Amino acid sequence: MRQVVRVVSWLYALAVYGFIFVPVVVLVLFSLQATSFPIPPFTGPSLRWYEAVLSDVRLTSALVNSLLVASISSATAVTLGFLSAWGFARFVLPGSGLLRGLITLPLTVSYLIIGMGLLVLFNWAGLPKSLLAAGIGHVVINLPLCFAIIYSQMGDHQINIERAARDLGAPEWKVLLLITVPVMAPAIFAGFFLSMTFSWDEFVISFLLTRFDTTLPVEIWNLLRSGLNPKTNAVGSLVFAVSIVLVVLFELTLLRRRKT
Amino acid sequence: MSSTGNSGRALPGTGRALPWALVTPALGWTLLFFVLPFVAMGFSSLTAHEGGGFTLSNYSQFFTNPSYWQAMVNSLEVTAIVTLLSVLLAYPFALILAEQVPERWQRLALMLAVLPFWTSYVVRSYSWLLVLAQNGVINRALTGSGLITEPLQLANTRLATVTGFVHFFVMLLTLTIFANLKQLSPSYRKAAADLGAGPVRTFLHVILPLTLPGIMVGAFLTFVLCIGDYITPQILGGNNELLMPQLVMMQIGRRGDFPLASALSIILMAVVTIAYLACARWLKIERA
Amino acid sequence: MTAPLVDIRAVSHRFGQLAVLKDVSLRIEPGSYTILLGPSGSGKTTLLSILGGFVTPSEGKVFIRGEDCTAVPPARRPTTTVFQDYALFPHMSVGGNVGFGLRMQGVDGATRAAKAREALALVGLASAFDKKPHQLSGGQRQRVALARALVIEPAVLLLDEPLGALDLKLRRQMQDELKAIQKRVGTAFVHVTHDQEEAMALADHCVVMNDGRIEDEGPPERVYARPATRFSATFMGESTILAGKVTEAKDRTSTVTTPAGPVLVRGALPVGSAVALAIRPEHLMLGGTAGTASLGMAKVSDVVFQGSFKRVLAVSVEDASLQFIAKLPASATVQPGDTVAVSCDTDQIIVLAD
Repeated sequence: MRQVVRVVSWLYALAVYGFIFVPVVVLVLFSLQATSFPIPPFTGPSLRWYEAVLSDVRLTSALVNSLLVASISSATAVTLGFLSAWGFARFVLPGSGLLRGLITLPLTVSYLIIGMGLLVLFNWAGLPKSLLAAGIGHVVINLPLCFAIIYSQMGDHQINIERAARDLGAPEWKVLLLITVPVMAPAIFAGFFLSMTFSWDEFVISFLLTRFDTTLPVEIWNLLRSGLNPKTNAVGSLVFAVSIVLVVLFELTLLRRRKT
Repeated sequence: MSSTGNSGRALPGTGRALPWALVTPALGWTLLFFVLPFVAMGFSSLTAHEGGGFTLSNYSQFFTNPSYWQAMVNSLEVTAIVTLLSVLLAYPFALILAEQVPERWQRLALMLAVLPFWTSYVVRSYSWLLVLAQNGVINRALTGSGLITEPLQLANTRLATVTGFVHFFVMLLTLTIFANLKQLSPSYRKAAADLGAGPVRTFLHVILPLTLPGIMVGAFLTFVLCIGDYITPQILGGNNELLMPQLVMMQIGRRGDFPLASALSIILMAVVTIAYLACARWLKIERA
Repeated sequence: MTAPLVDIRAVSHRFGQLAVLKDVSLRIEPGSYTILLGPSGSGKTTLLSILGGFVTPSEGKVFIRGEDCTAVPPARRPTTTVFQDYALFPHMSVGGNVGFGLRMQGVDGATRAAKAREALALVGLASAFDKKPHQLSGGQRQRVALARALVIEPAVLLLDEPLGALDLKLRRQMQDELKAIQKRVGTAFVHVTHDQEEAMALADHCVVMNDGRIEDEGPPERVYARPATRFSATFMGESTILAGKVTEAKDRTSTVTTPAGPVLVRGALPVGSAVALAIRPEHLMLGGTAGTASLGMAKVSDVVFQGSFKRVLAVSVEDASLQFIAKLPASATVQPGDTVAVSCDTDQIIVLAD
């Protein structure tokens, strides 16, 4: 009986792994296609589509734009999130519960609707579509995330460590720089990393709020209009590779932290 | 968030400048770029597209135009199917990962299972197109093996949209359910076994009820993300059957009709809010 | 003598390379209160898990009521466990928790509720039937866990550091209750702890464990007064330990040469063998009233007033590495810096093979 359960479990797990990996395998495989259609039969391997991607100025500049928007908006989100989390965790403020609720509210709203709202607002205010506008939108979606992660990690233990520092004569700004930030570093780092990946991958807000200079997901979207194309496979595989490197780095730093 | 532990030891903040200096930037950002856009959208939705006077027609259109109404029905149907299927697929998978896979391989097994989760969302949908297209992998395999003579219509269908969604949400739910299962103290399982429950009854009476709140949170997250997503239905479902996000985007893209797009967005939000209120008591199940 | 309720025969267990139990044999009598006492890493919890069926030993056998239970799963052996974190099911009411074992046996709802109420009354929580575990205090949860384990009438109840999560005052109170409940139900209890006071207060049979072995076992009075090994002399209460060598043996006495000088002890010991002499703090005498065995002079280094007595530390003048621990009446006038004669009665010296 136990053996049967085991076998069925393994088969089921394999099937789910298969389902999860089929599209990724197909994507990467046909990015190496030699001919112009990413459909069977496989004619590669060839790197011609990777060359095509790297020599496409629109794609490479979109990649730079994406990195820029992701890093600046994440840094902004994590800074605002950290400061407010610290304020709410350390001080009793009137209406604290409501205000915290307000900060986390965007988590429950679709990106589409956040993007729509900003589009209408900027349209009325006469602000042009730009990377800055998209970056503002990315801070809106990532700020609640950073706040929630950092706030949930600010426990009594950290409060007492800070108290000890104040007791020993550290002024408020030194407490912040020498005690709070280093102690909260894992949460700050996690918030920043998640923001980076979400911003890096975000489509609909960038799509609504940018025009000529745009981010990579939007540029890939434009590429899709040409139908199935090995170039799209190649750029997709590259994005996949970058994400995996990021995730592995994240895992490794987390693991190292845990060991020490 | 654990706020209860903090308040007892926090410092009084009233009448001091520092606490407000800390929280104002975040609050200001939220007010300016989240709340204000909503107000703008609200005003916009009450304005006529032509001329700009006050009107309720943007809302009434939704209820009178059957194709708009149909988009909402489609969205709700697809979201319900996706949520249900994803939970049913992910739960056993997470359970197997947490219980059948040896402890030291679990981290790797889980990381592998959610690896495609970290790839670009747009690319992931496109990958499914490669699999499901008229001349894609599945159709080539089926015609090649002689099982069918004419390729099946797989892309540009509801089936394709659901497949793309389920692919994403199975990974998301596997992550949350796995975390949930690992959080349970191993002594619950031991205690149940000790008191005479076999594996099946331990699961039904102890493990499942204890992970139910986590499942509900995951399902709600799936619902919210799924009903508001534009990419997957647009790439995989095509325009044969419109979902709400596609309808909203269509108003902006083709016709530049911001007021109608605003009204439709607000209606979509209202539906999500109703779903949230319906789930709220599930989401707040007490924990010991 | 009747057959023992539990008979653990030559059990050894390894986790990977690490040997956590080394050839342990133990018998548990019906209706007894057995305490497994030892520091962390001594193997006491592993031994309890083997009894409960959560761990199958690498070697050896476990018999319960004469049946070989070595590989029988927890559900099918007549033991139940009270877990360290209680493991109360948070989604069930207290009544549901206590009735869970009966429900698994297929007992009908009404009988189940009645028995659960009875068990809750036994632990003094009759009114908590409809509450959820999170509404209870730590001590109350502990009692619910006890009721849940007792209601299915096990032959042996296993308790894994059951009082560890409670504060000191509550711990002493629960200690008395545990003992009373055990007497009332008559079930054999096996209780793991690292608290020697708890062990002395509760045990009928005290098993001192260290490094995967049983160092000593017996009634707590005996283990305290006549510890079998150096470890149990220091772990179960404090002792002053003098290392020495037997230099002369007569019919009923031997002379042991120690850093504090020659000491006469009871019993004929083999000449030339190394021994350790242990003396309990309350048996050491400082200054004035000299006992029958002189232990030389010592300089008092510390006097700590502890209410009903004074705890005195003194360093031997003959050997600075030898420290005496004595317990004197609260009225004693000794001061730090005093040099005093140390002695004790020959009868109170415990001779340990070294």
